[in-house]
Amino acid sequence: MISEKKSKRGVFLALVCVCVLLALTIVLENTLDPIKNTILFTVLKKGAVYALVACSMNLLNGFTGLFSLGQAGFMLLGAYTYAILTIPVDQKAAVYYLFGGSAVGFSLPDLFGGADSPVGLILGVVLALILGGVVAAGVAWLIGLPVLRLKSDYLAIATLGFAEIIRAVFQWEKLGPVTNGANALKNFPTFTSFNVKDASGAVVLRLSTFVAFLIAAICIAVILLLINSSYGRAFKAIREDEVAAEAMGINLAKHKRLSFCISSFFAGVGGGMFAMFANQAQAKTFTTAMTYEILLIVVIGGIGSISGSCIASFLYVAASEWWLRFLDSETQLTSIFGFQLAKPFKVPLLRNGFRMVVFSIIIMIVVLFFRRGLMGDKELPDLLRKRRTAKKKGGGDRG
Amino acid sequence: MQFALSIFLSGISLGGQYALIAIGYTLVYGILRLINFAHGDVFMVAGLLMVYLSAFLGSFLSPGAAIGVGLILVLALTVALGFAIERAAYKPLRSAPRMSVMISAIGVSYLLQNFATYITGGLPQTYPALPLLSNNVIIGGVSTKVVTVVTPFLVAVLVIALTQLINHTKVGMAMRAVAKDFETSQLMGIKINNVISMTFVIGSALAAVGSMLYFTNYPSIVPLSGSLPGLRAFVAAVFGGIGSIPGAVVGAFIVGMSESIIKGSPFSIFSDAFTFALLIVILVVKPTGLFGEKVTDKV
Repeated sequence: MISEKKSKRGVFLALVCVCVLLALTIVLENTLDPIKNTILFTVLKKGAVYALVACSMNLLNGFTGLFSLGQAGFMLLGAYTYAILTIPVDQKAAVYYLFGGSAVGFSLPDLFGGADSPVGLILGVVLALILGGVVAAGVAWLIGLPVLRLKSDYLAIATLGFAEIIRAVFQWEKLGPVTNGANALKNFPTFTSFNVKDASGAVVLRLSTFVAFLIAAICIAVILLLINSSYGRAFKAIREDEVAAEAMGINLAKHKRLSFCISSFFAGVGGGMFAMFANQAQAKTFTTAMTYEILLIVVIGGIGSISGSCIASFLYVAASEWWLRFLDSETQLTSIFGFQLAKPFKVPLLRNGFRMVVFSIIIMIVVLFFRRGLMGDKELPDLLRKRRTAKKKGGGDRG
Repeated sequence: MQFALSIFLSGISLGGQYALIAIGYTLVYGILRLINFAHGDVFMVAGLLMVYLSAFLGSFLSPGAAIGVGLILVLALTVALGFAIERAAYKPLRSAPRMSVMISAIGVSYLLQNFATYITGGLPQTYPALPLLSNNVIIGGVSTKVVTVVTPFLVAVLVIALTQLINHTKVGMAMRAVAKDFETSQLMGIKINNVISMTFVIGSALAAVGSMLYFTNYPSIVPLSGSLPGLRAFVAAVFGGIGSIPGAVVGAFIVGMSESIIKGSPFSIFSDAFTFALLIVILVVKPTGLFGEKVTDKV
């Protein structure tokens, strides 16, 4: 009874936090100068996208214990589905100029009144994102039929292989009228399309970051609800011990397939969002390196912690895109701590590419020495609660 | 006919080069049950070492001597790298779950690639021409490099030497014991850390030889040129039955040959896709591969 009350309070607190965060993104984006702070908003948007994909990977790797490396492939499916379905009809000839127009003659936002009207934009984008997820989940179901029978590292390498196969298929010239071959798909609605404009075309209210956060938050909330349901408990049982779980009456094949499909669904949605973030969808961006990036985010955040994945993805994106940028540029120091130097001192090692070296060393340190990551398998509310009970206990002793 | 012959020749030489990498995978997997994702990058680093060493040594040695000393140094440094990776990244995780070790391997691979990008500035590096190996010969009307012909024989010699080592020496016996049962062999007084280091040393040395043969056929190296050959070699190792050296060699020749055939057909974009499809089919139909032993899971 007490624990139920507590968990309800936790949910309420989490909801309030998310609402505050969402309100904050609107306030930030409309008060800060968008040109001076481009990097901040890039990091926030990319972080939101990566947070969603990392959570979807965590659902599979951290909660069900299925080590899959196919995330980039499912993101690719989502991104392409989104792009193909939302490129406005009058833009198709320009995008598919190499193939003489697209084989897909309609566009979802246009069906609902065009991407310029709010209804058309919102309905079209949301539907296309969901369809992107559905396509990814459908393909995951098909792939899962043979692959989910494999164990740990064989599963990893087989899913990695599938991601590579998907990438090759989407670059095939014969599919050009649909996928535009190896060229990028562009001109579809992106996050910036959600900025509200007045009649003269000037931006009145910036909502691009808010939209990215909102979609990610809704999806992550669904993942969280799933993890806390009876299905989630079954997933965790499978992670802990397959044989024991089966003996307790959990249908292994069904639950593994379910977890794989749902994870792929959200990876697909995340892929669609990635296309919105990047303003284009191109098969060659969704490489194995991208899967590794997401895997490392999951590891840094803690395998089996959703809030850990979210925090880690913002940290990761901010560090790699923003905070460590200075490592990539050659720097001449003329003064140190206010002391003027006689001759400019060239900081050694700083050169293009050094950022990634430092970054991968940091990651190796996390992997080797902080194996539990930021959060271990705890969530943010758990940590707060523990501190509170500890305090209470401490107080009791003194009293 | 000539077209078929040229495809056959390139398939044989690719197969031989993959075989040398695949042995490294199969040995490590046999003992640690770890897909050493960094192995392909060790192979790439060996290639880059040759580029830089031959340029460096060439400044004060005659070209022939520079290449000779370079080859030996590359071999030694690659072995040192493999040894260091095992000690630094895998040994501390010996008691950790398998997933952690695999993530560590992915991290090492990421580090090696980024470090190579930093050193090279991301520019393709031209591989030095090795004497004899880079010369052209004409076989049945097809012009090819000597390395194509030498590769299968060199691979055969190395594999025979390796099987002798594993079957008839004390170290080899220890390796087989550790592969069979990690803990029992430890109880029997085998220093497993030495044995594991030994497998990494052998694997890296073979990868270094493989890189010399492989990159002679290609104009340049980029930091990512190790990852795909590495994955293909891993597929070959699985195909032949992981843990089995003859299996890895046979698998590598099949993978190399099929890649060469597909690259020569209109479906060249699917060459990697085919390799992975092959992997998935094998894993589903016969997970133990061609020569692998069946392992039963104990509860």
